Amino acid sequence: MKAYVRRARGRRMRVHELWDRYKGENHETALLLLILALLGVMAIVEPSALTMTFVGDIIRSGIVTLALALGLLLVIISGGMDVSFPAIAIFSGYATITVMNFFGVDGVLWPFLLASIMGLALGSLNALFVARYRMETLIASLGTQVIIRGVLLAFIGSVYISTLPAQLDTIGASSIMRLGNSPVNILVLPVIALAFLVSWMLRKTMFGRSIYAIGGDRESARRVGIRVPSVQVRIYLIAGALAGFAGMVHVVLSRHASPFELVGTELNVIAAVVIGGALDSGGRGSVKGTVYGVLLISLVQNSLVRLGVSSYWHVLVVGVVVLVGVAIQAQASSREARTTRILESMEASA
Amino acid sequence: MPLALQAKGVTKTYGGVKALTEVDIDVRAGEVLCLAGANGSGKSTLIKIISGVETADAGHIEMDGVDVGRPSVTDSIDLGIQVIYQDMSLFPNLTVAENIAMSARVKAGRKVVRVQDARATAERVVERLDLQLSLDEKVENISVADRQLVAICRALALDVKVLFMDEPTTALTWREIDSLSRVVEQLKADGVAIVFVSHKTEEVFMMSDRITVLRNGVVAKSGAASEFTPDSLIESLLGYLPSEERQLSALPADATTPALEVHDIGRHELFEGVSFEVGAGEIVGLTGLLGSGRSEIAEAIFGILPIDTGEIRVAGQAKPIGSVQAGIEAGIGYVPEDRLTQGVILEQSIESNLVAASLDKVSRRAGFLDSARMAHASQHAVETLGIKTDNPANPVSSLSGGNQQRVVLGKWMETEPSVLILNGPTVGVDAGSKAVILDILRRTAEQGTGILMISDDVPELVSVCHRVLFVRRGRMDGELEMDAVSPERIRERLDR
Ligand SMILES: Nc1ncnc2c1ncn2[C@@H]1O[C@H](COP(=O)(O)OP(=O)(O)OP(=O)(O)O)[C@@H](O)[C@H]1O
Ligand SMILES: [Mg+2]
Repeated sequence: MKAYVRRARGRRMRVHELWDRYKGENHETALLLLILALLGVMAIVEPSALTMTFVGDIIRSGIVTLALALGLLLVIISGGMDVSFPAIAIFSGYATITVMNFFGVDGVLWPFLLASIMGLALGSLNALFVARYRMETLIASLGTQVIIRGVLLAFIGSVYISTLPAQLDTIGASSIMRLGNSPVNILVLPVIALAFLVSWMLRKTMFGRSIYAIGGDRESARRVGIRVPSVQVRIYLIAGALAGFAGMVHVVLSRHASPFELVGTELNVIAAVVIGGALDSGGRGSVKGTVYGVLLISLVQNSLVRLGVSSYWHVLVVGVVVLVGVAIQAQASSREARTTRILESMEASA
Repeated sequence: MPLALQAKGVTKTYGGVKALTEVDIDVRAGEVLCLAGANGSGKSTLIKIISGVETADAGHIEMDGVDVGRPSVTDSIDLGIQVIYQDMSLFPNLTVAENIAMSARVKAGRKVVRVQDARATAERVVERLDLQLSLDEKVENISVADRQLVAICRALALDVKVLFMDEPTTALTWREIDSLSRVVEQLKADGVAIVFVSHKTEEVFMMSDRITVLRNGVVAKSGAASEFTPDSLIESLLGYLPSEERQLSALPADATTPALEVHDIGRHELFEGVSFEVGAGEIVGLTGLLGSGRSEIAEAIFGILPIDTGEIRVAGQAKPIGSVQAGIEAGIGYVPEDRLTQGVILEQSIESNLVAASLDKVSRRAGFLDSARMAHASQHAVETLGIKTDNPANPVSSLSGGNQQRVVLGKWMETEPSVLILNGPTVGVDAGSKAVILDILRRTAEQGTGILMISDDVPELVSVCHRVLFVRRGRMDGELEMDAVSPERIRERLDR
C-alpha cells in the first residue's frame, strides 16, 4: 500500500468536509462568499447601482491597487512588511513623465520600462537595509519612504503636470471594451499578465518556494541552505520594479501626474493583501487571494460612492472590512483541525 | 573503516558561558557514534558548529582527512553533512511533501520546480522508511511525532555521507524507533557515518557502536559501546548514578474528593467512552501507543479539544468544557507534548515564561506585575528544577533543549493546580534531571495535587505511578494498580 493513501469512507459528507474540500489554500472561498454577500446587500439597498458600469468602475479602481499589491504580496509572504511602495510608485511615474517632458521625447513601451527600472533602483534601498544591515523590514521601509518622497519633492519636482506626452496619453484613453458606460483600459491586460506571472513564480520557481520557506521559518530556511539575504534582495528589487510599473499605470490612467498622489493608499493595498490571506506572520498568501482582496476593497469603496456616503467614512468602513476579513482568515485557520482519525468508524464499533 | 569526519579543538563561548572547550570527536564511515551528555553539556552546539549553523571560536573540521576549516551551512550540505535538528527546523506553512523535498530541491539548484517532483522525492523516502504520513497535509496540522518523522525523512532525501541525529526520537514510540533503527542499519551498510544523540539509554545501546561522552562542554570519555554498561554510561555523563527505583508518594490518609473525575467523555472520530478518576495526591499514568488517543484525551480534559459527550469534574466541581481558560480557572495545569510551540515563548525571558501561567500570583491588586514577586517566583522555579542558566532574564532560546523543557514544567508548577496533566514530562531530559523531576512530582502530589502523567517511558511510569491506565484506539483498555505496576506487565499490555 502506498504510504500516503488514506482510506476513503462511504458515508455522507458533512458540511465541514465539503468546506475543507472547497475552501482553497488560503480560504479564498470565504472571501468570495463575503464578496457575494456584499453584492447581495447592494442588490437590496440600491438595486439600481448594480450595472455593468459599476463592474467597470470596480475594475478601473482595482487595477492600480492590484499592481501595487503584487509586490507587497511577495514582501508579506516572506514575513516582512513594506510601506514604501506608494512612494516608489509615484516617484517612478512622476519622474518618468518629468524626464520625458525635459527631453521632449515620447513613447509607449519604454516609459513603462524606465519607471520599472527606477522602481527597482529605489527598491534596492530597502534590499540594502533589510538584507545587508538586517533592519526590521517595516522600519526600513518607513525610512526609505521618507527619503524617496523627500528626494522626489526636493529634486524632481512638486508641480502638477496636467497633460501627459501625446502617445502616452493615447494609451490612457484607449479601451479594450466598454462595460456599460465605463471603458476598460488596455492597461488591464499587462497588469493581469503580471498577476499570472507572479502567481507562477510563487508556485513554480525555487525563488517563489524560498519566499514561502523564509516566511514560514527563517532559521529553518537558512539551515536547509537557502541563501536568505540573496532571496530578500531579489524580493525587494522585484517589489520595487512592480511598484514602479504600478506608478506608471496610475499616472497614465489618471492622465496627469501629481507627486502628491498614491501616498496614503498604502492602507488599502495592505488591507487587500492581508484580507487575501497573507497574514503578517508570513509564509502564507496567494495571488488569487490578493485579487479577491483587491476586488473586495474596490467593491466596498465603489459601493460607498454609489450610496453617496461621505468620503470621510470610507476609511472607517475599509477598516471594518479589514477586521472582518482578517477575523475570517484567523477563524478559518484555527478551525483547521487535525486530520488523523483514531476511532474506527462507528459502524465498526457498533 | 576510514574516518569520515573529525572535529578538532572546537571551542565556543556564549557571552561568558563556555559551551564547548577544545572538543575533539571523530566518526568513521559505516558506524554509529553516540554523542552522550547531560542537558546543556554542548551536544547540539557541537552539531550546529559542524553543520555551519553556529560559528566556532576555535577549532576546525576535517572530512575524509581533508581540512575544511569552519564550513558554512551550504558548505556542509555540499560536503554531504545532513542534520536532524533537535527543534526539527521544519516549515509549518508548507506541506509534508515539500518539507521533505526542500533540502534536495535547494541542493539540486533548479530554477523552476514541480510539485510532482517534490511529491515523488517525498514518496520515495517515506516508502523506504515504511512510514505512514499524509504528504499533502501542512506540517502545522500534524502531530509532533509526525513532525519528527518528517524531519528524519528530509535528512534522508539527499545522499548523505555524515548524518547527525539530535534527539530524533523524543516523540516516537518503539514502532517508529524500530523502523528508524532498520534504516540506520541500511545506511551503515551503505557506508554512511552517523552521529546519534539521545537521552534514552536503551536506544543508545541498541543503535551505537561507539560512545563519546560530553560533560560541561569537555569530552569526558570515549570508547566502544561494549566498554559501557547503561549504569556506567549514566555515571560517566552525570558523575553519579540517580535512582530509578519505584518509590510512591504517600496517599492522603482519609478519602477525599477526587482531584479529577472524567465521566464517559467522547469526541467525534478521536475517542469515546473514556472514564477514570485521579484522586487527590495520586499519580496516575496514562499510556498507550503513538496515535492511540492518549494525547487527545489529555488535551480534551484541559480544554484544547472540545468534547462532544461526557462530563469532567475538577475537585468535585463540574468544569465548563471547551476552552483553555476554563481549564486553567478550574485548576488544571497542562504541560503539552509539543513544548517548543505550545509551551514557551522562545524569544522571551526565562523569568517571564516561568510566571506566564500564574500572573495572578505575581500581580498587585490593580493588576500591575510585581517585579520583586516575579523574580522571587522564577528564582524558586529555577532552583527547584535545576534550570541551567546564569541569568533568568536571558531568553528561553539561549537554553539547551532539555532546560527549555524544565521551564515549561516550572511554569505550571507555579500555578499550584488541583490537577496537573503532564504529557511526556521527561521527554528529552537527562537521567539526572529526570530523577529530580519525578521527585518534584512526588512532592507536588503529597501536597494534594492529583497528577495525570501521559508517558510511554516504562521505567518512569513504574517509578512514580500509583496506577497506570491504558488507552487503545481511542478507548480505555484496562489498568494496573499499586503492586501490579511493573515493567513487564506494562510492556506486555502495550505489545498486545
Ligand atoms: N544562543 C545561545 N546563547 C547563550 N547560550 C547558549 C546558546 N545556545 C546554547 N547556549 C548554552 O550552551 C550550552 C550547551 O547547550 P546545548 O544546546 O549544546 O546543550 P545540549 O547538550 O544539546 O543539551 P540538551 O540535551 O538539553 O539538548 C548550554 O549551557 C546553553 O545554555
Ligand atoms: Mg541539545
